[in-house]
Amino acid sequence: MFDHTLMLTILPCFFAALAVTACGLWKPRWSLPVALLSVGISLFGSLAVLAEVMTQGRVQYFLGNWSEPRGIGIEFNVDPISSLMLVLICVVSLLSLIYASGKITEELPGKEPLFYALFLLLMGGLLGICMTADAFNLYVMLEITSLTSYALVAMGNGRRAAFSAYNYVIMGTIGASFYLLGVGYLYIRTGSLNMADIFRIIQLESLQGSPTITVAFIMILIGMLVKMAFFPLSGWLPNAYTHAPSVTGNFVAPLMTKVSVYVMVRMIITVFGIEFTFDHLPWGQTVVWLAILAIVAGSIMALGQSDLKRMLCCLIIAEVGYMVGGAWLANIHGMTGAVFHIFSDAAMTLCLFLAAGIFHHKNGTGEIGSLEGHFRKMPITMAAFTLGAFSMIGVPPTCGFFSKFYLIRGGLESGQYGYVVALLLSSLVNAILFFRIFETAYFGNLSEGHHDAHGNDDHEVEIDEAPPTMLAPLVATAAGLVAIGLFNSEIAGFIQRSLTPLAVGGTW
Amino acid sequence: MGEVVESSKPLWACLVSLLAIVPIVRNRRSPNVRDFWSFVAAFAKFGIVLSMLPLIRDGKVIECTLWEILPGAPIQFRVDAMGMLFALVASTLWIVTTLYGIGYMRGLKEHAQTRFFAFFALALSATLGVAFSANLLTLYVFYEILSLSTFPLVTHHQDKEARRGGRTYLAYLLGTSVGFVLPALVYCYIKTDGNLDFSPDGALSGLLSGKEAMVLMLLLVFGFAKGGLMPFHSWLPGAMVAPTPVSALLHAVAVVKVGVFCILRVITGVLGVETLRAFDLGTVIVWIAGFTVIVSSLIALSQDNLKRRLAFSTIGQLAYIILGASLLAPKGLTGSLMHIAMHAFGKITLFFCAGAIFVANGRKYISQCKGLAREMPFTMTAFAIGALSVVGIPPAGGFVSKLYLVWGTMEADMYQATCFYLVSSFLNACYFFPIIFAAFFQKPENPANGIRESHPCCVAALCITASFTLLLFFHPGPFYWLANMMSQVVF
Repeated sequence: MFDHTLMLTILPCFFAALAVTACGLWKPRWSLPVALLSVGISLFGSLAVLAEVMTQGRVQYFLGNWSEPRGIGIEFNVDPISSLMLVLICVVSLLSLIYASGKITEELPGKEPLFYALFLLLMGGLLGICMTADAFNLYVMLEITSLTSYALVAMGNGRRAAFSAYNYVIMGTIGASFYLLGVGYLYIRTGSLNMADIFRIIQLESLQGSPTITVAFIMILIGMLVKMAFFPLSGWLPNAYTHAPSVTGNFVAPLMTKVSVYVMVRMIITVFGIEFTFDHLPWGQTVVWLAILAIVAGSIMALGQSDLKRMLCCLIIAEVGYMVGGAWLANIHGMTGAVFHIFSDAAMTLCLFLAAGIFHHKNGTGEIGSLEGHFRKMPITMAAFTLGAFSMIGVPPTCGFFSKFYLIRGGLESGQYGYVVALLLSSLVNAILFFRIFETAYFGNLSEGHHDAHGNDDHEVEIDEAPPTMLAPLVATAAGLVAIGLFNSEIAGFIQRSLTPLAVGGTW
Repeated sequence: MGEVVESSKPLWACLVSLLAIVPIVRNRRSPNVRDFWSFVAAFAKFGIVLSMLPLIRDGKVIECTLWEILPGAPIQFRVDAMGMLFALVASTLWIVTTLYGIGYMRGLKEHAQTRFFAFFALALSATLGVAFSANLLTLYVFYEILSLSTFPLVTHHQDKEARRGGRTYLAYLLGTSVGFVLPALVYCYIKTDGNLDFSPDGALSGLLSGKEAMVLMLLLVFGFAKGGLMPFHSWLPGAMVAPTPVSALLHAVAVVKVGVFCILRVITGVLGVETLRAFDLGTVIVWIAGFTVIVSSLIALSQDNLKRRLAFSTIGQLAYIILGASLLAPKGLTGSLMHIAMHAFGKITLFFCAGAIFVANGRKYISQCKGLAREMPFTMTAFAIGALSVVGIPPAGGFVSKLYLVWGTMEADMYQATCFYLVSSFLNACYFFPIIFAAFFQKPENPANGIRESHPCCVAALCITASFTLLLFFHPGPFYWLANMMSQVVF
């Protein structure tokens, strides 16, 4: 319909960030409507892009119409996987923004315009990462997201937030530097920054054996592993996400690690190619074992937490292990599972973080022990939380079941039984973790109150739910979990449209 | 397989109790209206199930495809003779249990009755979902929903004991279904290239090597731990902390029978009789189930808590059913399917009686039952009939199915299995008859004055199931020909 839909998706964020900052000086209460409007436009844009990709297979855009790949032109290229990522980012942004609108004055009084500006910049950066086809441009976008997320985390109260943000800055910068070095090596050897171009040159000049390319790959991989909090490079994550303001955590936790996983997948499938990654490099097996370690370690750490958010953070580390392991299973089902899990894990994390935020809002503490009697007190929140938990455990028909299904399928097909066992083990640990919470919420605080012969003690319990601006995003996300589960074969089929053309030999 | 008829009836049969949750919860302030809705749903469900019976009788199969959730493995219902038999048992008994549940819950002034009836309805939806599943994926989905929806029922009392029981319950059921069934499910999906449909020859027939078949069989048979095969049986006695209507319907009928139903589906529809015969795997299950039959009966002998004794008796009887199917003989399968129905009616009567005794005078232990028949003549007579059925003595329904089971062992030339059945019947008699003897012929410790029966709803319910148990001996009705049809299709 209109050639610039991609720009319609990303540019509103950057412009609105400026506008919101200006609002902050002049009319602070306009900042929220402006932010909402721009996220709405982005969402519309991303849906339009998705529709276009569905019909045409991909959308290509040359910024400023500089289409020379080796020149100064920056190419944006959206294939099925990235178009889904764009929609995911916009939806999560919208939901967490709605949640933030109700919570922010309490959490960050006086800093609203600042928060919205950073929020929009971060969103723009994430969108940029997912649509760019230029390795260096990706670095720029990565830095935008990093800097804004450091600031957002540091907005939290007290020294702990500042300290966690500092930790996050150090680790994040190390990760980004590794990535940049990797891109540098690539540029030295191939003379190009355009992803497709790099791939073409590697094939054309058969550089697969070149040490430079191998080093570049290792650098980029390590950089992304730090960014996605792959165990044991994950020490920064629990603190950063727990001490961040909940309005930040809800947005950052579902997206940041997942986008880093996306970058890893993109590097494997578009820049270096699956043949190079899985056939020429000898350590596919090692990465899978590291992933198993990450899954087990994340699950064990989660068992030791008494704070709900911190427990969820440990689970994120385990889930990152799912995705990295799945991607390195070196077959299409594993890769499909890994990419599908990006979406389902983002939705689950969002759902659980929103619920955790609501509990914290009501109880003033994040301790699991404070959830006594919440099935009666907050039935809707608990119902949504339960759905999120079921998805983490992998109960059908929620999306968590289906990502596990694809991942296990990939694991069995490539004979990685250790990975399959780790997946099942982590499901069971998740069951323990969440049923521990359900028990507290269900058994704790047994009412001594009398009840009549018909058991009508229901009216004695006061239902005390959060305001609708916080509840609505939660309910929508919980519904989304089931929807992603029900439409899993459509989504997986769409993802595979990016993956199947890569099969050259019999390796895929 | 017979002619396929497309119809949405299976879906409605499954959904009707789910939909009933809405009026049940909405009318939580007026218990009579609320419980009326439970009845409406129960009768509607029964009616829908019954209306499918003539088609099944004509050898047709009713199909209803909902949603292509994975390529080749849709969420799909298919009603065949076996699913019909199980659905008929579950929906008939839900009506009676609703009656009983009202009496029990009101008699004991239990808390949170609305939640109780709502989750009960949900569990019944899941049960029918399992009964009508057309493929392994659909089966697994409803199996998991059933595990989770019964958790609030098992832990209804919300005290320490309930929490412990609930933990064991979930640990065993989720642990086995996620740990064993899920990988087996994915493996089947890969092997069959995405076709998980149950077929009379077995979805996997001809695709497996002996080792694979062995591993898959063990994963699936132990994975559906609701079937209570040892060593994955401990959840069942643990779950007896539930209120008795739950123990009765769910832990003597719906939940445990879902377990054995799943195992029968695996034997007949997934692995296939031919595969099992080819690798001689039936014998493996025969020994596992036989071990469970004998050991659980021995444990039952030592239990003084009435409900726990019934629980161990249930474990043994479930193993009967699994054993019967694993004989891989037509009469064995007929007997095993009939035993699903016969045992259901007999055991639910026994549980109803245990609950009625508790409601009437708070007794839980067998040693307190002396002379009880003078106080509660109806209850104890019903108990005696139920016990006869479980032991397998005429004129109770259990005799008929046991006859077929023993016939099956001879057909399959497995005389060790014959021994299992006979020894266990003797043990069953050993653990039931002392109760009956004590209740009818011993003098009560503190002689009561007159008849003190339980809540009338409870008494009515247990009289109904006891008379069904007797009736089924004289006229096994649809249960016989449905079971027979199924074994004709399979063999």
